[in-house]
Formats: sequence, C-alpha cells, structure tokens
Amino acid sequence: MTLDIFLQHFLNALQWGSFYALIALGYTMVYGVLLLINFAHGDIFMVGAFIAYFIAVFLLGQGAFALPFALPPWLVLILTIVGSMVLTAGVGVGIERVAYRPLRERGAHRLYLVITALMIGLFLEYLNLASLGGAARGFPELIETEIYAVGGVSFTNVKLIVIGLAVVVMIALELFLRRTKIGLAMRAISYDKVAVPLMGVPMNTIIAATFVIGSSLAALAGVMFGSAYHRISFDMGILIGWKAFIAAVVGGIGEVRGAMVGGFLLAFIEIFVVALGQLPGLEWLSSTYRDLVSFTVLLVILTIRPTGIFGVARRQKV
Amino acid sequence: MPLLQINNLTHYFGGLRAVYDYNLTLEEGEIVGLIGPNGAGKTTIFNLVTGAYKPSEGEVRLNGDELVGLRPHQITAKGIARTFQTIRLWNDLTVFDNICIAHAARIKYGVVDSILHGERYREEEQEIKERAMELLAVFGLDGDAQELAKNMPYGAQRRVEIARALATEPRLLLLDEPAAGMNPGEIGELMEFIHQIREDFDLTIWIIEHQMRVIMNICERIKVIDFGQTIAEGTPEEIQNNPKVIEAYLGEEVF
Amino acid sequence: MKKKYYPPLIVLLLFVVAIGGSWLGIFNEYWQLVLLFMGINIILTVSLNLINGHMGEFSCGHAGFMAVGAYVAGILTVWLFADDKVFGPPVLPAAWAIPLFPVALILGAIAASLVGLLIAIPSFRTRGDYLAIVTLAVNYIIKSAIENMEFIGGPRGFVGMKRVMNNMADVFDVPWLLIWTFVGMIVTILIIRNFTASTLGKGVKAIREDEIASELMSVDTRRVKIIAFMLSCGLAGLAGGLFAHWPGGFINPGTFTILKSTEVMVMVYLGGMGSISGSIISAVGFTLLLELLRPLGLFKWVVIPLLLVVMMLRRPTGILGNKELTDVFPRLRAFFGSEEESYALASD
Repeated sequence: MTLDIFLQHFLNALQWGSFYALIALGYTMVYGVLLLINFAHGDIFMVGAFIAYFIAVFLLGQGAFALPFALPPWLVLILTIVGSMVLTAGVGVGIERVAYRPLRERGAHRLYLVITALMIGLFLEYLNLASLGGAARGFPELIETEIYAVGGVSFTNVKLIVIGLAVVVMIALELFLRRTKIGLAMRAISYDKVAVPLMGVPMNTIIAATFVIGSSLAALAGVMFGSAYHRISFDMGILIGWKAFIAAVVGGIGEVRGAMVGGFLLAFIEIFVVALGQLPGLEWLSSTYRDLVSFTVLLVILTIRPTGIFGVARRQKV
Repeated sequence: MPLLQINNLTHYFGGLRAVYDYNLTLEEGEIVGLIGPNGAGKTTIFNLVTGAYKPSEGEVRLNGDELVGLRPHQITAKGIARTFQTIRLWNDLTVFDNICIAHAARIKYGVVDSILHGERYREEEQEIKERAMELLAVFGLDGDAQELAKNMPYGAQRRVEIARALATEPRLLLLDEPAAGMNPGEIGELMEFIHQIREDFDLTIWIIEHQMRVIMNICERIKVIDFGQTIAEGTPEEIQNNPKVIEAYLGEEVF
Repeated sequence: MKKKYYPPLIVLLLFVVAIGGSWLGIFNEYWQLVLLFMGINIILTVSLNLINGHMGEFSCGHAGFMAVGAYVAGILTVWLFADDKVFGPPVLPAAWAIPLFPVALILGAIAASLVGLLIAIPSFRTRGDYLAIVTLAVNYIIKSAIENMEFIGGPRGFVGMKRVMNNMADVFDVPWLLIWTFVGMIVTILIIRNFTASTLGKGVKAIREDEIASELMSVDTRRVKIIAFMLSCGLAGLAGGLFAHWPGGFINPGTFTILKSTEVMVMVYLGGMGSISGSIISAVGFTLLLELLRPLGLFKWVVIPLLLVVMMLRRPTGILGNKELTDVFPRLRAFFGSEEESYALASD
C-alpha cells in the first residue's frame, strides 16, 4: 500500500470515525449519568438528519413551502445545523421526560428502562417509515463541494469540515465537562448517584442537560452525514447506532474520552479491514466481511479488557 | 494436623496493602476471635480465606489441602462456610430455597437428571429438602420456610444466613459480625446458640466481632489486627489488658 | 381423578384441538400459520426467560441462535430429503424424513447450544451492560457470517425446506410442522420448568440475586451459567429449526437480526421476567396482537412500541411479574401444582 492510498484511507477513517464518535458521546454521557443504555439514540441521529433535511429543503425553497426570498448558502447551513440541533435536543429531552423519567422515579429496574428505550427507537423508525415512505431521500447540498488534491490524495472540503467540526466539538465538550459547574455535576453523578442530589444538585436539570448535549451532537452528526453522503433513510440510525454504542463500550462506557477513542478506533478498524481486502493476496477479506471483522475485533478487545479502554471497573464490596 | 493453617497471608489492593503477613493456626473445635478497629482488614482476611479474592502472597491450608487458587465454591465444598457483614441472602427467594441452594456441592445428580427428574434425582432432592427442613427446625425457622427472605425480620435474616452456611456442611464456620444490630437479649441468645451449634454440628468457629461481650465470653483465643497486621494474640483476659490493643481501639493513652 | 393426571390431559386436549383442527381444515392455512408462530414464539420466549428472567442477565442476541438452528436443520433436511440446486438430489427416500425430521431439529438445537458458549464464557467475567454488548455482537456476527456463506445463499437466503415438508405430507398427510412445533413447545416448557425446579437449577436464580454469595455458598456459578446458556440457546435453535420449515419456504439472514431478538425480549418482559406461565401467555398474546394489528400495515410497529411503553409506565413488572400462574390463582394448584410446593406447605 502506497503512502497516498494509506492517507486516503486514513482520511476516510477520520471522517467515518467522526460520526461514530459524535453518536457514541451521546450514549456514553447518558450512561454515565443514568446507567441507562439509551438504545433510541441511534434513531435520534436519524431524527436529526431528517429534521435538518426538512429545514434545509424549506429554506432552500425546494419543497412545497418556500420562503419568498432566497437566503445565502452559509446562512442556510448555519440555520440548518442550529435548527436541527435545537429541535432534536427537544425530541431527546421530550423522550426523557415522558418515558424515562417516570420509570426512573418509580425506581423501575434498569432492564425495563432499556426495553423502553428500544421501543422508542422502534417507534421513531417506523413512524418515519410509515409516514414518509421507505425510499431514501437526497440530502440537499448545503456546502458547495470542492475537491482538493494534495500529492496523490484527494478529498473534499466537506470531509475536512466534518472532521474539523467533530474535533472542535469534542474539545469543547471536554472543556465543558472539566471547567463548568454543570459539567462537574455530570461527572460527579456518574460516580455517585446518591450523594450528588443530597449536595443540592438538581438531578433532573443535569439529566436534561445530558440529553440536550447528547441529542444535539447526534443531530450534528446527522447533518454532517447528510452533507457527506447525500443520502438519508429511516434505517440509517440502526446499524450506525449499534456500532456507535459498541464503540462507546469498547472505549469504556461512561467515559467521554472513551467514546471519542472508541468511535475512531472502530472506524479505523472498519476502513482498514476493507482496505486490506484490496491488497493482492487478501481479496478474501472483502467488504462483506467488514462488519464481521469489526464486531469480532471488538469482542476480542472486550474479552481482554472487559471494562473498555478507559473504563473503570466498579469494584464490588464483598 | 490443625484444621486451618494460614501462613504469611498478604494482600494488596492496587497500591494499598490491606493484609500483611497474617498467620493463624486453628485446631478443631476451637472458637477463635478476630478483632480490630474498623478497616483493619478483618473481612478481607475472611474474603481471602474463602476465595472471594486471590491473595497476593501466602498460603491457606485446610486439613493440609492448599486452598489458594481454588474457586470459592470449591473452597466451600472442602468445608469452609461463612456469613457476611451485611446480610447477603437471596432476597427474592424463599427461606427454604435459600437453604436448599446451599446444598449445591452435595448434589450428585447431573444436568440430564435435573431435567428428566429420574429416580436418583427424586431421591437426592428428597434428602436435600428433608435436611433443609431439619436445619430450619433447629433454627426455629421451619414455620417461615415459604416466606421470602427479604420479608423476614432482621434477627431472623441473620439466623437464616447462619443456617444457609451450615447447609454447606462445613467443618469451619466463619461468622462476620453475627451480633451486629442485636439488642442485649438477642446477644445472650446468640452466644448460647454459637456454643450449641459448635456441639451439634461439630464445628470450628472463627468469628469477627465488635461487640466485646460476645468476644470475651465465647472466644477461647483472640487475635487482634490493625492496618492488616497482627498486633496481639491471646486469651480474652490477656487481650483486654494489652496496651497495644487499647491503643489501637482508643488511641494513645494520655496520662 | 388424581391431580397429577390433569396437566397431561390438558396437553392432550390442546393437541387434539390444534392439530386435529388443522388436519381437518377447521383452521385454515392462515390460522395454522398463526398457531405455528405461537408455538415458535413460546419456545423462544420461555428459553430466553431462563437467561433474562431467571438469571437476571441481559441477552440481546437470541435471534442469532435461532439462526444457527434454522440453517443447520434446514440444510440437513434439504440435503437429505429434497432435490435442490446446492446439494443435488435427495440422499435418502422421503419416507425416512418422517422419523429423521426431529433428528435434524435436535442437531440444529445442539449446534445452537454450542454457539451459545460464545456468550456463556464471557459471562464469567462480565455482567449486565457489557454482557449485553457481547450478545449483540454475537448475534450480528452470526448473521454476518451466514451472509458471507455464498454456498448456502448468502444474504439472499436458503430455500428447499418446503419441498421437504411436501415430501413428508406425500407419505402421510398430517400437519407435520405443527405437530413437531407442539411437541417442541411442550418439551421446552418441561425442560425449563424441571430444570428451574431442581436445586441445581435454583442456582440460576441465586446467581441473579447475588452471584458472589452463590459462589461462596458452594454453587458452581460457571457450571450453572454454562448449563443455562446452552439450554437457552439450544432451545432457540430448536425454534429456529422449526421456523426454517415454515410454509413460506425460505430463510434468510435478514430474519435473524437484532430486531427479532428485540421482539423476543419484548415478549419476555411482557410476560414477567422469571415467570414461565407469563412467558407462555405473553407469547400467545403477542402473536395474536401482531395478527390483530396486521391491517395497520407498517403502523403496526408504530403502535406496538407505544403500547408497550404505556404498559411499562402502568405495570412495569409485566403481566405476571416473577410469579407463576399458580401463585396468582392458587386454586389452579389443583391442576398444575408441583410436588415441591406441596412438600414445603405440608410441613406446617
């Protein structure tokens, strides 16, 4: 494999990993605070993409309703991103309020919360499928695609934006968690759920904030995904959602750094397994094996280090 | 041969040294006490001996057999049973089931029999049930057999835990703070009870306790540990007057 | 009549009604299909309940083991008894299919139970959410592996089982699949019920309540876990083997995804975790619900999750919680009571 091809794959992996990481962050933050695997989260990603789609279509005047005036593209992009993040955050918090909180307050067993999450995910998928039809939709081009070539490596500005945004967001999140009071509260709750509310910290506010952040990040990922691949469908959240979840666990669920590392690690494994399959002699490693290999590698990592890369084993007192 | 022989038992939790060079010889039939301030490492020693943790160093021998490295259920099957500082009954199961399940090591029928319920299965299950009810009767609990463990009053739960430990047919019984949460009347009963079961079940008993009345009255020998190390050893009278012990519990004398 | 004769009589009655009704055409093909799925769902739910309910674990990959059983049994019967593209003409005459069909099912179940070791062994070191991931990954790996096996159809699926069933019907025209599904259902219920009633099997619940205490009270938790997972996954394989021969005539990996696993989990939860009778009731009810809502088309899967969420908010422990039917209706003990209950009660 030449350096060019390697770098090409490297960039692809960075982009693919950005999606996984952004979605994995939502899983890991909610888990850290609630010990709940929010299986609806992958579908929140899908919801974010679709909300963005409708906003963009509306603003660009491509749909049935149109604005009487045209907006500059950069404004459309910003409005789409912000609008989608805000509305999707609303959906996420709404789900928490309506479905998770009542169960939590009743002290329901965690397994029931997880099943509720699964059900909500199903509900979102089929609501989309039943009302919008199963055909994939073409995501409007919000960023004028420009292709650059450096050496033998070619990439689009969209790819750079996706990666850049992901990195910026993650740095911002880390700062938020370490420097702000709410961030501190979030980290504290993940260590001790009982003591924190006794110290006067409003649990419900913190939890809502967690869902806001997680859902809006997933929405951002959805917008970026639509911009990069121009194709969104009702089932886009299913596989990516499960994989992002596994990435979060491999990184150590509950640990924000773990979600970031896990997301990129998974993407790298996937891209490079396919890449290796293009090398002479390794053709049997075709792309259909990609998922199989990634899941197996993940299983192996979890067997060696059951709590994930950054995970902290919760010691049981005997 | 002594029943239990512990040599140079040492254990680290990460960088924290919890137990250091602990030694003990238990002869059959003794009642020995293990005392020390909170956090001294007493329960850790119990955990190391029963296999809940694997010791960093040292050996533990029961009747000459090395226990270190065995899985806990194997150690229990060899004849060591214990109760816990905080009661660890199987809460959503009945008292009866709590006792029956502890007979696991004595089960000789196999998986197939457990499904087909053949002759051998039925005979063994009958034995297990009879033995469980007998045991419950000794403890005065046979009337509560179908009650869920979590619904039993605290004192009764402690008795169920001891009964469950005895169901494993041990030679050595480890009691971890059996008197915790009891009033003086109950403690008196407990002390008589411990003597009784030593007789009836032919046991050796090793007991962790904070209640001095219990320790001083039923233990024949006491070892005191602090910060994971033995600081004193002897009869109850000797221990009561040992300055190191007093210092460990009460701090230095300021006279 | 002696109490112990009631359950077998009830079973016989059900058999006559379900099988006889199908054979005589009283149940048309549609309803026969519903009965078939009821039986398969009962097997799936009761077997998963052993892990998710009795043992309190979180296995999200039950469909994977169903897939193993489906493919192993399906391939075996097609290879032996049908003329098809992959394996050529049948190896054995059709008449042999009748006694050997259950053998194929059993082999499928055994294969599935061996694959179950893939989740049993990790369960020694991990619990709860981490084990959930492992089960998810295994489900996906199995599906993915099948998709990569071109010689048995890959993602397009495998066909030929219908010919096997037709050949069997040619020899002796009874509803074979329904019969074997019924038998499989009874076998599953008996296995799980007997196992969990034994002292060995009670160790499963002890592990749920407190695994460390169980280990310290002489329960060999590793052995118990292996047995439980192998039983559960093996029975899922049995369900899969039966499903492989459904009138639709084909199986493909797309059936055995995490969505299918989720369906089974929903039925387990609905019936009450740890309740065998709850699982039976909810499997029957859920199958009927799916049929009832069929006219809604895709909106079916919008309504069902909502219904379940509402039910979760109102009655989170499921239909029967962790009680059996005989706990809620003690008079039924006259019909279904176990010997043990009467023993412990009689000692008062």
